[in-house]
Amino acid sequence: MPNGVVATHDEHGHGGHHHPALQHHFESLEQQLEASTLGMWLFLVTEVMFFGGMICAYMLYRIWYPVAWAEGSNELNIVMGGTNTAVLIVSSLTMALAVRSAQTGNRKATMGFLVVTMLLGLTFLVIKFFEYKEKFELHHVPGPYFHYEGPLSGEVQIFFSLYFALTGVHALHMIIGFCLLSVILWMAYRDRFSPEWYTPIELAGLYWHFVDIVWIFLFPLLYLVDRSHHIV
Amino acid sequence: MDTTAVVESPVNFLNHRHTVASWLLTKDHKRIGILYFVFVSFAFMLGGIFAALIRMELTTPAGDLLSADVYNRMFTMHGITMIFFVLIPAVPAVLGNFVLPLMIGAKDVAFPRLNLLSWYIFVTGFFFTLAAMILGGVDTGWTFYTPYSTQGSESYVLITGIGIFITGFSSILTGLNFIVTVHRMRAPGMTWFRLPLFIWAIYATSLVQVLGTPVVAITIAMLAMERTLHLGIFDPRLGGDPVLFQHLFWFYSHPAVYIMILPAMGVISETIACFSRKNVFGYSFVAFSSLAIAVFGFLVWAHHLFVAGISPYSALIFSFLSFAVAIPSAVKTFNWTATLYKGAIWWKSPMIFSFGFLGLFLIGGLTGLFLASLGLDIHLTDTYFVVAHFHYIMVGGGIMGYFAGLHFWWPKATGRMYNDTAAKFAALLIFVGFNLTFGPQFILGYLGMPRRYHVYPPEFQVLNVLSSAGASILAVGYALPAFYFVASLFNGEKAGANPWKATGLEWTTQSPPLPDNFPETPVVTEGAYAYSKREMKVA
Repeated sequence: MPNGVVATHDEHGHGGHHHPALQHHFESLEQQLEASTLGMWLFLVTEVMFFGGMICAYMLYRIWYPVAWAEGSNELNIVMGGTNTAVLIVSSLTMALAVRSAQTGNRKATMGFLVVTMLLGLTFLVIKFFEYKEKFELHHVPGPYFHYEGPLSGEVQIFFSLYFALTGVHALHMIIGFCLLSVILWMAYRDRFSPEWYTPIELAGLYWHFVDIVWIFLFPLLYLVDRSHHIV
Repeated sequence: MDTTAVVESPVNFLNHRHTVASWLLTKDHKRIGILYFVFVSFAFMLGGIFAALIRMELTTPAGDLLSADVYNRMFTMHGITMIFFVLIPAVPAVLGNFVLPLMIGAKDVAFPRLNLLSWYIFVTGFFFTLAAMILGGVDTGWTFYTPYSTQGSESYVLITGIGIFITGFSSILTGLNFIVTVHRMRAPGMTWFRLPLFIWAIYATSLVQVLGTPVVAITIAMLAMERTLHLGIFDPRLGGDPVLFQHLFWFYSHPAVYIMILPAMGVISETIACFSRKNVFGYSFVAFSSLAIAVFGFLVWAHHLFVAGISPYSALIFSFLSFAVAIPSAVKTFNWTATLYKGAIWWKSPMIFSFGFLGLFLIGGLTGLFLASLGLDIHLTDTYFVVAHFHYIMVGGGIMGYFAGLHFWWPKATGRMYNDTAAKFAALLIFVGFNLTFGPQFILGYLGMPRRYHVYPPEFQVLNVLSSAGASILAVGYALPAFYFVASLFNGEKAGANPWKATGLEWTTQSPPLPDNFPETPVVTEGAYAYSKREMKVA
């Protein structure tokens, strides 16, 4: 039978030089890049489903308890939340610039932009920390010490449960992203990237943008439910 | 088909390195498949022991062997072990890992390191779950329904939940790896419609794994946060909805059934074609029915909630969709049967297991239609009818398919033939034992015996004793392969590259395969099942 006839390896002859980043089970750098990129996009799809579970719960309760949702939302600190939104949008820009610098082979700029991106990520987490601290002080953390005046205390507690679940999981993703960028920074420092191979930084960028986009959804969903009656 | 064309190299993936580290740090998909095999087999034994205790308790109407509490823990741990650590990883992680790259002519999966990581994640999750079991187990049922799991249960829900959460990521990453592998790693000439149907099935399964598992992961995470951090997402005291948990849980856990059965269907497509020496009848219908099952599978979850107080209109739609999912399954079954027609049937053990699959899956599938009917389901919900139905699908179908695959590819993996007569006998024992175990449970369920109780009225005893007797036959049938498989390693006949004279790239390389699978990248020039009956007669 004809199956099993071997391919002639003219184009990829073993005598030819391989890029050091090319893993042995791929035929070409291009195939490797395509595989990695597809893998990353698929991973992001799983992340959408992951957050989707919580957002599904959010939608159900928002439809059931619109008043409690408005009340809970107005308890959130919109200044801190808004600042964090701006911080993350800028970090997406610097991340994109880091990828761009890697593409053009500018190592210094790559490292610079990576550092700025990481600092912005850190800023987000610090602000988030103070926001959580405020919630602790106000007894807005669900559990036996939760306190909220009014008839909708239970439903508002559900709102805060979802607030902490969503922002907590998001913050965890930020921390993972920070660690990821540390590795990328180290790789850039060791001069691993070149205009023909910069896959890791591109994939890390995809992840970073995704985590930002999640926040872009979370901010209006959590902070801007019904601000028309209560400016700040 | 000439096996002589294969030049045997003394070096293969099993013997090219020997150290323990070479196994634990391997990036070779074949070795990783075997690593999974070790743990899945252990989990299968463990889950079997739990099942044995359940069946022993149920031989008498009184609760004389296990207390109600211990019995609850037994059926919970049986379910958790068998579903998350046996049925879900069995075909994809064991057989899929081993043969998928071979079948498409690749050197490895797209991400070998990630593949190894998936195994470590699996083992970590398994150890967490095992730790919970050793500490005292968990008693919520494998479904973890709230509010009992968040407030009532005093068993080890949290550790088990963490274990399952972790294991889920192994499943997600394996699925991701396989999808990318099928897209990007196919050998030259291996077009989509030349892919073996096993690959189509694994591909559809991987889609379910990638899209469904994250949802159950976050659901279990929310449950864990509710249990420990006192978040109140499902808490009815605050106005939360326990039924929401059921929706989110079944959004994954119903498609999970297709994670168990689809790859087994893929195996059956391979064996039926090989052992009737024919192209699979209606190849593209079988291929697309895999995708259809994956898609429809996501739209039927609420049929688990017909009595949970959901709207009658949504129940109507979910009932209709549940009937609809039977269509692609029926397409497959009819096409396999049509493949047998005028085939040159070769009575080897993988084929006997495949026949077993067809019989059991047929019964499981048809009884599913009873449960999809709204009116009848109200009578049958939470009875042994449901237990019998899903065992026919997941164990009858899933494990029969897995065993068919193990027997089919064992010579490829080890290079040795096992005792085929013993294997046929095992298949027969399993088929008889299985029907004796779960057949009576349909009647018990119809008569109204509820599931998950350790006592029952005396009039149900005869059928329960029959079921327990069947279970002991089944246990022997499931244990038998361990003996002849191990024996084959020591004194099995050499298999050669292609003992079944099968088509497919995995049979064109030596057995056991080279560390890099093929001496040179193969080029594919024809469809997956270019069998001819005449060859068989010559052989």
